[in-house]
Amino acid sequence: MIAVDNLSFAYPDGDFRLTVPALTLEPGENVAVVGPSGTGKTTLLNLLAGIVVPDSGTVRLGDQTISAMGDSARRATRAATIGFVFQDFALLEYLSARENILFPYRIAAGARLDAAARARADDLAAACGLSGKLDRRPGALSQGEQQRVALCRALVMKPRLVLADEATGNLDPANKTAILDLLFARTAEEGATLLAVTHDHDLLPRFDRVIDFSTFRQSEGASV
Amino acid sequence: MNALFLAFAYLRFHWARSVVLVLVAALMLAVPVITQVLLNGSQAALTERADRTPLVLGNRGSQLDLAMNALYFSDDRAQPVTLAASEAIWDTGLALPIPLNTAFETNGARIVGTGIEYFDFRDLTLSEGRQIALLGEAVLGADVAARLGLGAGDTVVSSPQNLFDLDGVYPLELNIVGVLAATGTADDEAVFVDIKTSWVIAGIGHGHDGVLSADADAEDIVAASSIVEFNRITEDNIDSFHFHGDPAEYPVSAVLLVPNDDRAATILRGRYLDADNPVQLILPRDVIGELVDRIFRIKALLDAVTLIIGVAAFAAVGLAIFLSYRLRAREMQTAFKIGARRGMILRLLMAETVILLCCAGVIAFAATLVVQGNGQSIVAWLLAT
Repeated sequence: MIAVDNLSFAYPDGDFRLTVPALTLEPGENVAVVGPSGTGKTTLLNLLAGIVVPDSGTVRLGDQTISAMGDSARRATRAATIGFVFQDFALLEYLSARENILFPYRIAAGARLDAAARARADDLAAACGLSGKLDRRPGALSQGEQQRVALCRALVMKPRLVLADEATGNLDPANKTAILDLLFARTAEEGATLLAVTHDHDLLPRFDRVIDFSTFRQSEGASV
Repeated sequence: MNALFLAFAYLRFHWARSVVLVLVAALMLAVPVITQVLLNGSQAALTERADRTPLVLGNRGSQLDLAMNALYFSDDRAQPVTLAASEAIWDTGLALPIPLNTAFETNGARIVGTGIEYFDFRDLTLSEGRQIALLGEAVLGADVAARLGLGAGDTVVSSPQNLFDLDGVYPLELNIVGVLAATGTADDEAVFVDIKTSWVIAGIGHGHDGVLSADADAEDIVAASSIVEFNRITEDNIDSFHFHGDPAEYPVSAVLLVPNDDRAATILRGRYLDADNPVQLILPRDVIGELVDRIFRIKALLDAVTLIIGVAAFAAVGLAIFLSYRLRAREMQTAFKIGARRGMILRLLMAETVILLCCAGVIAFAATLVVQGNGQSIVAWLLAT
């Protein structure tokens, strides 16, 4: 379970302050975050991931209070329990699709790139329809395929929380649906919580819950 | 290992940029070392050969040109003296004169016309064939033989002096009868002939071919000149070869003198002190010593320039790496968000720099080894050109 309590954060040089009185994400839950630009959606993701530390309040990931951890511990926790999917895929152009998926193993503290990890990467890629394309570099893949690789990378270390920041924003409608299907299916399979920032209101009915940042109103169901 | 893997993958993907960086760094590492190796080799080669050459006689003019030509057969030649100057030394009984005529070349190698005593003086031995015995015969220096792929039994033609002067001296085909053992000196880069053969190339001596008539019964024989590509001295025509003019006037580029003793050397030096004498006698050791001093003064300047260029080049390489870091900010940000451990990004950049510098180091080391291994030949070639 991810729990946020009395969270308050402001960037040092900004006049915007994000305040979240309370937010709870249950395991396996799919939650969408919507709202105009500049209302703090991405900041919330960064706070949940421990990329930035709140000025006050707490962020708990299971029994760990990530907001109270030091930098190294937050990095390690992030690597072990949180998966990121970015709008621009953020793949490394010089690595093959397989090596991109395994990238977290190469940079994260305590991660061990062994045969089991490689097998998991291959299994994830197969489940995402990337078999036969794992030796290609991102430049040789379509945008949909690139986002599938990014999705595999986010899931490869079995995260408890997947944070998707406009993950379908750069995709055409067909790929958008396909990636979202995969995102739901894979997170459900892994038992991970999905928190997805999106501007696409057509996708909202598919989420369990929607957080509207324009009013910071949590609503059950489709409409915001 | 992971940092090395990622760094290597990045450098391989951007291979053109990596190659440029490696080559720049390799050059910066290798140039000062190679310069030092060659300078040390040059100094050793210059001074050793000069030390082993007591005196050189030649036309008054640049002492350096005379020494370089007499010792290293360089292209810079003073005006020749005459054979009379050499004979004059012989007549004193104070020294053995070894005349050299270095006016011609073949296939980029200097043809050195001299006497058989030169080979004893320089301790030159044959690795193949025999010594020159007849007009038109040649023995090759080891490097020339290797470069041209020639040996005893082959021939080589002297280079024409003027391609457009049909009335001029024809090149002479030289019969190679031997190859000298390598010495790591200028002798390896030379083609040796008897000095009379060099005078034949100069057109001072020549032979005559027989004139045949197509009609044996004809009373009048009509002969027409024909253009030949080169002259050839054969068993059939060698006896017809003869020289014109006063032998005392035949040209000699320089004369190596081997004095009987120190006293003889001193006496000879005293006889050629007159500045009005068109012939001078030099001590190669002093002339070359001055040159070496000058080279090492220039080297100090070169070191300073190399240092400045090195700093600039490494600054450029550093800037390239810094710009690469800036260009990869998104990648670094992704790594950070994914949970890259502290210092991982720094390790990644360090790994890239280490790989680049290691590759550059290997290339620089290999280049230095190659230069060091061929140092004598390179120095001999540099000194001859």
